[in-house]
Amino acid sequence: MSAEPTLLAPAVATLPPPRTLPARLLRNPVVALGTGFLLLMALIGAFAPFLGTLDPTAINPATRNRPPGFERTLRAEDGSTTTFRHRMGTDSLGRDVYSRVLYGARVSLVIAVAVATIALAVGLLLGLVAGYIRPLDGPIMRLMDGLMAIPGILLAIAVVSLFRAGLPAVIAAIVVPEIPRVVRLVRSIVLSVREEPYVEAAVMAGTRLPQLMARHILPNTIAPLIVQGTFIAASAILVEAVLSFLGIGIPPEIPSWGNIMAEGRNLFRVYPHNILYPGIFLGLTVLAVNMLGDGLRDTLDPKMTGR
Amino acid sequence: MLGYVLRRLAASIPVLAIVAVLVFLMLRLTPGDPAAVIAGDNASSEQIAQVRHQLGLDQPLLVQFLIWIGNLLQGNFGESFFFKKSIGDLILGRVEPTLSLAAATMLIAVCVAIPLGVVAAYRHGSWLDRIVMGASVLGFSVPVFVIGYGMIYVFAITLGWFPVQGYQPLSAGFGGYLHRLVLPALTLSVVYIALIARMTRASVLEVLNEDYIRTARAKGQVERKILFRHALKNAAVPIVTVVGIGIALLIGGVVVTESVFAIPGLGRLTVDAVLARDYPTIQALILLFSGVYVLINLLIDLTYSLFDPRIRH
Repeated sequence: MSAEPTLLAPAVATLPPPRTLPARLLRNPVVALGTGFLLLMALIGAFAPFLGTLDPTAINPATRNRPPGFERTLRAEDGSTTTFRHRMGTDSLGRDVYSRVLYGARVSLVIAVAVATIALAVGLLLGLVAGYIRPLDGPIMRLMDGLMAIPGILLAIAVVSLFRAGLPAVIAAIVVPEIPRVVRLVRSIVLSVREEPYVEAAVMAGTRLPQLMARHILPNTIAPLIVQGTFIAASAILVEAVLSFLGIGIPPEIPSWGNIMAEGRNLFRVYPHNILYPGIFLGLTVLAVNMLGDGLRDTLDPKMTGR
Repeated sequence: MLGYVLRRLAASIPVLAIVAVLVFLMLRLTPGDPAAVIAGDNASSEQIAQVRHQLGLDQPLLVQFLIWIGNLLQGNFGESFFFKKSIGDLILGRVEPTLSLAAATMLIAVCVAIPLGVVAAYRHGSWLDRIVMGASVLGFSVPVFVIGYGMIYVFAITLGWFPVQGYQPLSAGFGGYLHRLVLPALTLSVVYIALIARMTRASVLEVLNEDYIRTARAKGQVERKILFRHALKNAAVPIVTVVGIGIALLIGGVVVTESVFAIPGLGRLTVDAVLARDYPTIQALILLFSGVYVLINLLIDLTYSLFDPRIRH
């Protein structure tokens, strides 16, 4: 009968699975949502001057501690006046919180990317060395054990107290506690990969060490490192906020979500908006990075569980 | 067993020694001159040199390190630059608030997170599971101090149930002590709950497909007992491990929470010491916190065989 084959054929033609990795990743709604939000934040940070903001560092003693929605008259050089609405109110120095929050996206994103990149690069190098050059394994790993025994935030506080406050000091302080975990991850991958037949074959064929590393060992670390890097970025944003909040992070001349909140601490009972708005931006951004990380892990890492 | 305990204890000594070297080097290679800070703004260079000599800061680095370690081993943490007091006394006076906060947090976290994780695993894929997992990612994403100010705003300012800030020692009455501890402990427990609930869910989920769970069901065991006795006990080792690893988060959280709630504990002392560049106090505190962290994780390793008799030392 002619009806028989149609029973076996699929009722609905399914879409072919996307070929490229980014396409596969973006099919995951969690990844798409996280990526979208981070792109939005990056655009906000990049175009902060054009989004109806004032100079985020401009102090105005006449309009200190105003609630969200307060309107102020701005006088231009030619004498004409315009009304500026402080959407998120002003802080205790009269600076516009909306402008500070928008510019603050820059610091958080720069720190997230810089910390993740540096921690991964240093950790990758040390991990490859520890995993492949046996005599150096012991010393490197003991140093990492020592660093891991110091609770992360305390170590960051200790490192930041070594330098003058500023962006590079904060980045260094957040990078140091993150390195040991990357080293451990890379080293464990190297130790398991170096026993694989293709690595042994490459060694037999006389491949030099740098090429062996670059072509046969390094590629195995990429997927887990991308996942790890995302979580480092999330934690970096949080640690910057904590350091700035404690008054030992980014100095107030550079607006960051952490130091806007630090500034709002004293008058929190009366003017909670100084903590509320940057808190919401910070929380959503870290959430977006974490969602991206979870999605990446689920897509890239099914083999990596247990490592 | 005793041999294993001693061997593990001995193995943690090199780690702590490395921490000591790192902490010492880090804080001695700083650009700022502590002698100038202590001598004050108007000190002459002779006075600064005299202070430097009194503190032993003019000695070679190795000598300074050996003196410091020797004193530490005798239980002498040295003198605080800033508070002008013995660091040992300074720390002892601050232990109670921090210990109370950490214990209350741990209690809340374990009591909330483990049932949440077990239920999420049992109702795997349901809306309840999604809410628990979603909330835990959210818990990881908001800094402790934002949660703290949120709690203060809702429960202290708007509802007026709790005092806004402050600490009352246990000796001044249990009621007031507990009343002031609730909000900070709840604040600090959020991250910890997120961490433990996730691990509990993952660990129980893995165990639920095992044969002995099916056997327990087949013999008609009550579902609640299957979950909390058969499953949870077999899933316990990773959960207990994550409780130990979380101590690092807890210590970091203590520093922030004590600042938000104006609690005069060790965390507050750490921030004050860093702001004053009080190196001996910073060194002592970091070493103390790291020692506690390493020792608690050692203790946790030792409890594994309680939960899983297959693990023999």
